Amino acid sequence: MTDLTRLTAAELADRLTSREVTSVEVTQAHLDRIAAVEPAVHAFLHVAHEEALATAADVDERRAAGEDLHALAGVPIAVKDVVVTRGLPTTAGSRILEGWVPPYDATLVERLKAAGLPILGKTNMDEFAMGSSTEHSGYGTTHNPWDLERIPGGSGGGSAAAVAAYEAPLAIGTDTGGSIRQPAAVTGTVGVKPTYGSVSRYGLVALASSLDQAGPCTRTVLDSALLHELIGGHDPRDSTSLPDPATGYVAAAREGASGDLRGVRVGVIRELQGEGYQPGVLARFEESLDALRGAGAEVVEVSCPHFTYALAAYYLILPAEASSNLAKFDGMRFGLRVEPSEGPVTAERVMAATRGQGFGDEVKRRIILGTYALSAGYYDAYYGSAQKVRTLIQRDFAAAFEAADVLVSPTAPTTAFKLGEKLDDPLAMYLNDVATIPANLAGVPGMSLPSGLSDDGLPVGFQILAPAREDARLYRVGAALEALLETSWEGPLLGRAPELAGGAA
Amino acid sequence: MSTTTHVDLVDYDDAVARFDPVIGIEVHVELGTRTKMFDGAEQSFGEEPNTQITPTSLGLPGALPAVNGTAVEYAIRIGLALNCSIAQSCRFARKNYFYPDVPKNFQTSQYDEPIAFEGFVDVELEDGTVFRVEVERAHMEEDAGKNTHVGGATGRIHGAEYSMVDYNRAGVPLVEIVTKPITGAGERAPEVARAYVQTLRDMFRALGVSEARMERGNVRADVNVSLRATPESPLGTRTETKNVNSFRSVERSVRYEISRQAAILDAGGSIVQETRHWHEDTGITTAGRVKSDAEDYRYFPEPDLVPIVPDRAWIEEIRAALPELPAARRRRLQGDWGYADAEMRDVVNAGAVELIEATVAAGASPAAARKWWMGELARTAKQQEVELADLPITPAQIGALQQLVDAGRINDKLARQVLEGVLAGEGDPEQVVVARGLGVVSDDGPLLEAIDAALAAQPDIAEKIRGGNLGPVGAIIGAVMKATRGQADAGRVRELVLERVRA
Repeated sequence: MTDLTRLTAAELADRLTSREVTSVEVTQAHLDRIAAVEPAVHAFLHVAHEEALATAADVDERRAAGEDLHALAGVPIAVKDVVVTRGLPTTAGSRILEGWVPPYDATLVERLKAAGLPILGKTNMDEFAMGSSTEHSGYGTTHNPWDLERIPGGSGGGSAAAVAAYEAPLAIGTDTGGSIRQPAAVTGTVGVKPTYGSVSRYGLVALASSLDQAGPCTRTVLDSALLHELIGGHDPRDSTSLPDPATGYVAAAREGASGDLRGVRVGVIRELQGEGYQPGVLARFEESLDALRGAGAEVVEVSCPHFTYALAAYYLILPAEASSNLAKFDGMRFGLRVEPSEGPVTAERVMAATRGQGFGDEVKRRIILGTYALSAGYYDAYYGSAQKVRTLIQRDFAAAFEAADVLVSPTAPTTAFKLGEKLDDPLAMYLNDVATIPANLAGVPGMSLPSGLSDDGLPVGFQILAPAREDARLYRVGAALEALLETSWEGPLLGRAPELAGGAA
Repeated sequence: MSTTTHVDLVDYDDAVARFDPVIGIEVHVELGTRTKMFDGAEQSFGEEPNTQITPTSLGLPGALPAVNGTAVEYAIRIGLALNCSIAQSCRFARKNYFYPDVPKNFQTSQYDEPIAFEGFVDVELEDGTVFRVEVERAHMEEDAGKNTHVGGATGRIHGAEYSMVDYNRAGVPLVEIVTKPITGAGERAPEVARAYVQTLRDMFRALGVSEARMERGNVRADVNVSLRATPESPLGTRTETKNVNSFRSVERSVRYEISRQAAILDAGGSIVQETRHWHEDTGITTAGRVKSDAEDYRYFPEPDLVPIVPDRAWIEEIRAALPELPAARRRRLQGDWGYADAEMRDVVNAGAVELIEATVAAGASPAAARKWWMGELARTAKQQEVELADLPITPAQIGALQQLVDAGRINDKLARQVLEGVLAGEGDPEQVVVARGLGVVSDDGPLLEAIDAALAAQPDIAEKIRGGNLGPVGAIIGAVMKATRGQADAGRVRELVLERVRA
């Protein structure tokens, strides 16, 4: 019998629908895989064995009763621990939320549950999604399945690693500056940051409200489209939610898979290549461009001159919003509560002691940065200027999308670096997100998909960006490139990843 | 902070003779919407603690706000009633500060983009003087939860053993109305402050945006006071007395601050810019937080909410549907009723506008209605030390009483007895008339008997009348009235007397 964990979500959905397999079998296979490889990978902070199997059994029962089910019903999924799940611990990777079990579900979790997807568990992440390596998790780092000595990307390293290590066919990520796309790039998987407002933020533990967006982490473009359609669409509880229905992504992916991109204009962003990018990353990027040309796409160069300032603006806007969003973690109502070791126990001192002990260094660094940037007398120079840069970046995008239907770049300048390598150099760590951040600042959608292996044998990501609300373009172009590259590789890139100890298929 | 420390005060009249007071008032009103400002939690007064909450009003991780459209409509109503411009587009901002009753550790409020700005309200003082108060802005925000400090002597956080927080109030919609500096009130500043808050309270009720019950904290005022040497001098340093929650206290606290600040300035001192607490029992203010210690609230636009862009047509709909405001209504009623200014003022001050309006609706003339409420009934209320509206008599009963008079079934004298009966709980005027046997004698038979008897008893007067001298008719009428114990219609008696002597 086939190893069920090697199938894509679309394949699993087909076999479940045709009753070739049951959801309990599929879910159990993934739980077994998790048990086998977790000691090496550590993608999960919490595995929900019983709940997942209960959902699977329920779906199987309903299917047997002839009920009309969602296409993905019974396909298991992993959820990043920044997403609030009723009855399942939710920590956002922080010690300050250790033991907190939310009394409510995020909107996207409600949609997963309504569609009957068994939730395998909660995945590891940098604390409060601050980081590019998952090393800032309060609960230990996640290891890249391609090389356990290397980072799985971040902040959503757990979701990407879980998908790459066949622990889950689908995962939910969140992307504030690249936290879905960069982990996808360094783990050889697919990740999509939808248009801001496409997927409800209700129930995402907020990092930076104006930048956060949840999206799919999968092994194929089609699977991302399937998941995006399920979790997307309007939610009245999130007032930044778009009214658009989340439809047309699967159709676009299927259309793209034919490999025909005639009439599509692909814009290469001049500012997101060259210096600072590994030669192997650039080589794979060029190969992908050739593949797109081969499919009939017109490749042009576009300039986005203000992208140079994106990183600086991002590191003012994000900390500013985060400093306010994280104020609620004070030991008063939920999560960790620390009383001062000496002196009076006042509310203010409990708040200080709780935050002092509960937050990690990176979180404190950004809270301090953000608090400073918002302070009276500094607001205009920092937060105000950063918002102006944001407008300029939006204009750059608008101009570039006049010349091209989609924009492309390498997802990250390098392949996965070694664990610990950049931990003491925050700026080097921040630079990893230089290509992904502009999309968050402008609210436009982006996808990363594998474009091959670099000279070091590690995966390289190819980023596609589309205008806001044109997410379907990502799926069309992404599916086309995926099909063309997999033909040239004679199979998915992940097929070349080393087998994990204990996880022999 | 002890509240018994000796404080020098300058006599009020002396203070305002030598200083020009400037005041500024911030009024918060809780809107009477069914649900909270940013989430679906119901809000009603007096529920069990922490039962009117959602993840959003508790500030749980992941929860998001969504603006209550009814609250926006109410805010626009208030803005329009205050003659404000309504913003084409406005945003919420976050006011960041750590306090356990603020669940997110920031308050979602409007900062540099209020929904309404640049208006005014005309405030009528007790003597009829109209004073215009300029309004700087009216903005929307959310209320905080309520802390209860347990243990310790003062009920304040200092010295308490522990504190409890009730988040039912957290997220209740508020509109805050901020005046421009109110100048030119002179010695009447305390009175203007009181009348302003009272005018707003009446306005909120008329607009239907709040029950506006002061005792429940639906309406709360922060009062700023500063003194300057002359109206031409630059503004002095101000103090802000927080949470002054009755009309009387508003007036008293302004008066107190004027006297206190005058004493400091007289002694060559300078006013500390600070917030102050009002003590209802002792009638004084004490120092709170010094403004220089004030936190930096690090305001920035609330990224979880999109800007509010009220449709202009919607604003016009709201404007067209605005109810008549108390001041305009008073002017209209005064015209309808034909009262003199002083008469109307007395009616307003006695709280009799609604009573008279209802009495007129029940069929009494405006003059008669005023006569009853401002005469007999006002005296009764004063004797019993109750409000007019609390007397056990309704405008409908007064209307019915007056109709009995107008129909000639009772006269004024009897009407007072009927009133007494109604107030004593003997029923409606009609029932009292019957029960007490107070009907006017309208059957001519008994009247003619009495008239004949009176004429016979006073033959000389009868002779004069027969001779054409109508002067002494009154004496005969008087005798008849006496004989009928006042139950005769004097007009009819007069007619009958004249018929009799001419027969």
